[in-house]
Amino acid sequence: MSGFLTWLSMGKYAAYVWPSFGLTLLVVVLNIHWARRSFREAQALARRRLAMRRSES
Amino acid sequence: MTWLWFNKLASPPHFYRIAGRWIPWLAWPAALLGIIGVVWGLAVAPGDYQQGEGYRIIYVHAPSAWLSTFTYTAMAVTAAIGLIWRMNVAHAVSASCATLGASFTFVALATGSLWGKPMWGTWWEWDPRLTSELLLLFLYLGYLGLRGAIEEQSRSDRVCALLAIVGVVNVPIIYYSVEWWNSLHQAPSVMKFGKSSMPASMLTPLLIMFASGTLFAAALVLVRARGEVLRRERAGNWIAAAIGANATASGREGE
Amino acid sequence: MTSPPSLGSLARLQMARDLRLALRRGGEWLQPLLFFLVITTLFPLTFDPQLSRLRDVAPAALWVSALLSSLLALELLFRDDAQDGTLEQMAVSGAPLAWLLLAKTAVHWLLTGVPLVLVAPVVAGALGAPYATIPALLAPLVLGSITLSLIGAIGAALTLGLRRGGVLLGLLTLPLTVPVMIFGARASALAIAGQPFVGPMYLLGAVAALALALAPIAVAAAVRINVE
Repeated sequence: MSGFLTWLSMGKYAAYVWPSFGLTLLVVVLNIHWARRSFREAQALARRRLAMRRSES
Repeated sequence: MTWLWFNKLASPPHFYRIAGRWIPWLAWPAALLGIIGVVWGLAVAPGDYQQGEGYRIIYVHAPSAWLSTFTYTAMAVTAAIGLIWRMNVAHAVSASCATLGASFTFVALATGSLWGKPMWGTWWEWDPRLTSELLLLFLYLGYLGLRGAIEEQSRSDRVCALLAIVGVVNVPIIYYSVEWWNSLHQAPSVMKFGKSSMPASMLTPLLIMFASGTLFAAALVLVRARGEVLRRERAGNWIAAAIGANATASGREGE
Repeated sequence: MTSPPSLGSLARLQMARDLRLALRRGGEWLQPLLFFLVITTLFPLTFDPQLSRLRDVAPAALWVSALLSSLLALELLFRDDAQDGTLEQMAVSGAPLAWLLLAKTAVHWLLTGVPLVLVAPVVAGALGAPYATIPALLAPLVLGSITLSLIGAIGAALTLGLRRGGVLLGLLTLPLTVPVMIFGARASALAIAGQPFVGPMYLLGAVAALALALAPIAVAAAVRINVE
């Protein structure tokens, strides 16, 4: 257990190392979310356009 | 042979389909490599003689910096292809790079700052690498601003493509001028963690992170690009089949 | 069948027209120059009025003020011609658009850069530069102001017709001007210190040459996209 805590403390650099990795993970997750949302919105737009064209014809 | 492949990809329905198939093949390896790289970098690799455990930030800082420039280059190259061959697919891919690139430029700056504080004592120094990253961030933000300002899709694509190309031509000149300026004033440069001087036990996880980041970026750009292609297609019988067939063909990516 | 107008006469006609139009609006063309003077005045006010200390900041003050005043004038470079359709006419006229736009950029420099260079000695002296070194200051400023006009023209062409294009113009243009600013300010700093500044001048010249060769192409491409 103490080995784990030693590792967690990152030789007293914990305050810098963990936020770095945490921020990177956050940005990764955010970008995944944004990309997928952008795709979903584009799909919805395409569906709406398709529906409009079909109702016109 | 390659020309045929290139022409095929230029067709929106083909690109939509092919990209959709590639995404899981990029995303899952990216996730796996990412986990391996992070675990290796945080736990298995030895501490550094000078910087102790603090150097481990390099495992997220360096790949982010790499991604920031790689993505900008990809954005510019696809923009040029879009302009020269009038290819909507290329413009779609180009537009998909911007947010990702800007995000990782920001991460490079933030992790660079977090690395700098314990190593050289201040949250910020006008180190040539950080200064260049900051300027790259401004280039990205300018691009995103221009994107948002022009409403008409075709005009927006072509104007932003020009900006990306002008930017990419400038990037090496800017880097060089910042290095030149920095050498005059001998400001401290901390990121002198030369790859050649790193032992394999430290270098390998770094290379793994680079690979993971690149695959991840490619996957996400394709996810967005498929949507962008849909946005640019006003008509086309393929759309009905495409969006009816699989609603979430993007798969599940994760770290 | 008359032969098409030569490049020289095209440039002369374009520049003459733009100069006439700009000067017709009274003292408006002087505004960037006034802007330059006001910004440089802000430096001693926000820093330290002692000439011996101001001297250190003088190159930075000169170049930053030059950049900002050049930016201010840029919006006017294409705005009027875009609004009344002249740019569109230029684009479809069959004449080389890049050349015509280079001529317009030259007028921008004549009205913004040249007055600035002429006034710079006075400003430099006011900021503590030793009088003997002031003539040497002019060369970097000439090259730099030309390059700033060229790079700025790209930004102006890209943001043509946008409602609040002014701020975006600045945001787009500023990072691109970093090499000019670094080399130019360094050359001026060395000049003020009475030291040889050939090195930065060569670099400045290289950037200027590159801008002269490439910027008009980008400007023409951007204008075509925005006016068609």
